[in-house]
Amino acid sequence: METASKPGRDVQPKKARLQTKKKKPRRYWEEEATLTAAGASPGPPRNKKRNRELRPQRPKNINIPKKSRIPGKPQCPKKPREQRNLEPQRNLSGAQDPFPGPAPVPEEVARKFRRIDKSKKLPHSKSKTRSRLEVAEAEEEEISIKAARSELLLAEEPGFLEGEDGEDTAKIRQAEIVEAVDIASAAKHFDLNLRQFGPYRLNYSPVGRHLAFGGHRGHVATLDWVTKRLMCEINVMEAVQDIRFLHSEALFAVAQNRWLHIYDNQGIELHCIRRCDRVTRLEFLPFHFLLATASETGFLTYLDVSVGKIVAALNARAGRLDVMTKNPYNAVIHLGHSNGTVSLWSPAMKEPLAKILCHRGGVRAVAVDSTGTYMATSGLDHQLKIFDLRGMFQPLSARTLPLGAGHLAFSQRGLLAAGMSDVVNIWMGQGMASPPSLEQPYLTHRLSGHVHGLHFCPFEDVLGLGHSGGITSMLVPGAAEPNFDGLENNPYRSQKQRQEWEVKALLEKVPAELICLDPRALAEVDVISLEQEKKERIERLGYDPEAKAPFQPKPKQKGHSSTASLVKRKRKVMDKEHRDKVRQSLEQQPQKQEKKAKPLKARPSALDRFVR
Amino acid sequence: MKVKMLSRNPDNYVRETKLDLQRVPRNYDPTLHPFEVPREYVRALNATKLERVFAKPFLASLDGHRDGVNCLAKHPKSLATVLSGACDGEVRIWNLTKRKCIRTIQAHEGFVRGICTRFCGTSFFTVGDDKTVKHWKMDGPGYGEEEEPLHTILGKTVYTGIDHHWKEAVFATCGQQVDIWDEQRTSPICSMTWGFDSISSVKFNPIETFLLGSCASDRNIVLYDMRQATPLKKVILDMRTNTICWNPMEAFIFTAANEDYNLYTFDMRALDTPVMVHMDHVSAVLDVDYSPTGKEFVSASFDKSIRIFPVDKSRSREVYHTKRMQHVICVKWTSDSKYIMCGSDEMNIRLWKANASEKLGVLTSREKAAKDYNQKLKEKFQHHPHIKRIARHRHLPKSIYSQIQEQRIMKEARRRKEVNRLKHSKPGSVSIVPEKKKHIVAVVK
Repeated sequence: METASKPGRDVQPKKARLQTKKKKPRRYWEEEATLTAAGASPGPPRNKKRNRELRPQRPKNINIPKKSRIPGKPQCPKKPREQRNLEPQRNLSGAQDPFPGPAPVPEEVARKFRRIDKSKKLPHSKSKTRSRLEVAEAEEEEISIKAARSELLLAEEPGFLEGEDGEDTAKIRQAEIVEAVDIASAAKHFDLNLRQFGPYRLNYSPVGRHLAFGGHRGHVATLDWVTKRLMCEINVMEAVQDIRFLHSEALFAVAQNRWLHIYDNQGIELHCIRRCDRVTRLEFLPFHFLLATASETGFLTYLDVSVGKIVAALNARAGRLDVMTKNPYNAVIHLGHSNGTVSLWSPAMKEPLAKILCHRGGVRAVAVDSTGTYMATSGLDHQLKIFDLRGMFQPLSARTLPLGAGHLAFSQRGLLAAGMSDVVNIWMGQGMASPPSLEQPYLTHRLSGHVHGLHFCPFEDVLGLGHSGGITSMLVPGAAEPNFDGLENNPYRSQKQRQEWEVKALLEKVPAELICLDPRALAEVDVISLEQEKKERIERLGYDPEAKAPFQPKPKQKGHSSTASLVKRKRKVMDKEHRDKVRQSLEQQPQKQEKKAKPLKARPSALDRFVR
Repeated sequence: MKVKMLSRNPDNYVRETKLDLQRVPRNYDPTLHPFEVPREYVRALNATKLERVFAKPFLASLDGHRDGVNCLAKHPKSLATVLSGACDGEVRIWNLTKRKCIRTIQAHEGFVRGICTRFCGTSFFTVGDDKTVKHWKMDGPGYGEEEEPLHTILGKTVYTGIDHHWKEAVFATCGQQVDIWDEQRTSPICSMTWGFDSISSVKFNPIETFLLGSCASDRNIVLYDMRQATPLKKVILDMRTNTICWNPMEAFIFTAANEDYNLYTFDMRALDTPVMVHMDHVSAVLDVDYSPTGKEFVSASFDKSIRIFPVDKSRSREVYHTKRMQHVICVKWTSDSKYIMCGSDEMNIRLWKANASEKLGVLTSREKAAKDYNQKLKEKFQHHPHIKRIARHRHLPKSIYSQIQEQRIMKEARRRKEVNRLKHSKPGSVSIVPEKKKHIVAVVK
């Protein structure tokens, strides 16, 4: 993997240059020796490569935080590297280690595992606390490098689809892909012709082995789609609005015309939840065991499925809710409204966490990618927009589609699928962690009916499509994460493993109150309440216990500590402090003036009096 | 067209036979592990709760003494052996693994005031109210032999404490003066005094072995150097110190158990301000002993409880009490740093775990890994209010609880008065004296 290198990096170190200058003319008797040396060490190219790559930071070097503060740059202790370059280690046999030191780690991979945002400054704290924080930071750094190094052990490679030069991948039809791939993968493409039960919604289980789908005319079924084994099939005799697996494949929730029902994997109705009525959309938050339901009545209700209690019922005050998605990164629910806004909700708050004006008309579909970085929205104005969810919710790109997308879905690796009447388009980003570029679709597919539901299968290169003609399983090479984690969602887990996982997951159920925009906020220092506490303490005590004591000169040796000199030293320190204070206030003054000056800039108008 | 679909071979992910272990491929990608921090927080919360559930520190009570236990001594070589002296002059040697008394000696008439073992572990010394110092063999007498001390030294005054040098055949006693004795002689090598008062305890420094510390009832702590004939320096506190204990890892640090309910950790080099004032007891602190790691110490108090303090914290991390335990007179931390023993007024020696929720016995590697992981989690989230509240909560007997409340009110009143005085007087004329400086009267060299 290539890494960004500083412009000056390729220049050889100073000492090396000096050596080249001093190089003696070569003698014929030296030839053999130099040749062997060259053979043992590849020389400059290796050096260059090594310079570019990241080495683990040793705990010894934690005391130079100022330099290491620059994010995204390879942090490498300078001294040891130079030493290594100058005197490579030699074995007893005289052979030289061609790859000295620990294995290098590509910077991009290490960045993926980095948890601490180094651009943020550490809060002002006492030296002991500070050093402890610095040690913790250094540890995190080391851990991220170790994790990045373990990436080498991953077994699978992601899929891909490449056209011959000039060939547009969007022109490649499913049949061609099916013909080109192996039998096991070809079997993943299938169509279920269920025209009589009309448009289908569908959902894959979190491990990606199971598929649940419900038709608008009441047909509900779940199947192990890999082996095509039907688990249950029922008709609920009522319109099915949405269907969703709960934490495992053993339970699924169906939003029926009137109430919300929960079934088990044999199709036996376990619960009928009458407090959630006229539900249009369902979302399940697996780590919180919350089932979020959006209803026609305008309520967003959170149901804790582990205890069966309603955690929060929030009135969105925006009429009928039928566009909903979850942010998998922070479990915030995104609701799309008919006035073109998308509102972000957490069960802990009665009001939305944020409202984003996305479209001129109503919002038709919303999707958030698995890293929680990008949000795709489509509206009645036929626009498809991608927003950056970090920081200020900036729109990144937009595109007008001829019909407008009615359904959107992100895959694990960041592919965006949009269903536009009976056509499905899939867009792909340029690289990892980049938003999908909307110019050229990656794949397109035409269905036999109008799209009603889209869902990328986790851990498989498959996109499930529910439409008015039934279900289609579409092959999308490169959509899914190739390497699953056996302790989280394991498609090959046994029943015993599932049971153990379920117990652990229940023990680690995250309380609903912890849902907020930044899930890492819990591990950060709460500076605001700390300062508040300090202020209260000063108020309560009547003085500041941590205030700096006034300077008291220490008595010096006998004969050097006259009263006059003591006063002089005291005065000196006081004057210095005073000067510093004045300097600071002078620095602040121009800023204040600028702030004041701004409103005066515009020419006053008679209409100003009506401005509120 | 070049195409590759993700296609896994199930053989790589499913175990071959039922006898194999399940295969668990790992991928540490953070996007596959969302909510890392909230989940860790919940785990830390659970671990903290479990810690409180499993906190059962009381292990055993050794009964057999017929009067209150006055002093305890550890065996320097054997973890299982403990010596105790009682108020009726009886000395008992206990085996902790069997939890039985293995030897009983009627050593003195009246109290056994002090007991200490020789560094080699073959013999021990006792002092009593009968003005004698007795030297005993650790092993019992043979069949038909009488129980007799190796040596007996008859003194002129009552001895109140004894301690043995850590490396040489020298011991120190205290009473009206501090005496340094050679084991072979019947008269002290030297006697040191500073003022006239009864000295309650004397302790050798375990690292700088020539140094001694003693505390007397005229409220002072005196430091001596054995090589000199005169004391080094002393610090006078508000109230009298009952005993001191040296930090076994940092030679210059010692902790004093004071009558004013506090413990003071001093740096020997700067006695004018204690390094830390440890407050939590609600009655006089009678004894203190350091953990062999030097990171924590245990204190015994007249308020019928023992507390464990980290050296650098002013509040205790643990309090142990039982319904039957009366005023605790002596306490010792065992040499493996895992257990605590305390001897109390009602004739029992109690054995406690130093870490209340620790699982005893051999741990499997998985148990150990889980324990370490939980420990780290608890450490990481220890400052979160919910976790802090659970970790700090201790049940206290009503007497201690109400005393704490009462003292809190008193302290608050004093503080309020101080602040009012500060507010209503000329600026600079009244200064706030920090807690550390409040209790030090003077340092004399």
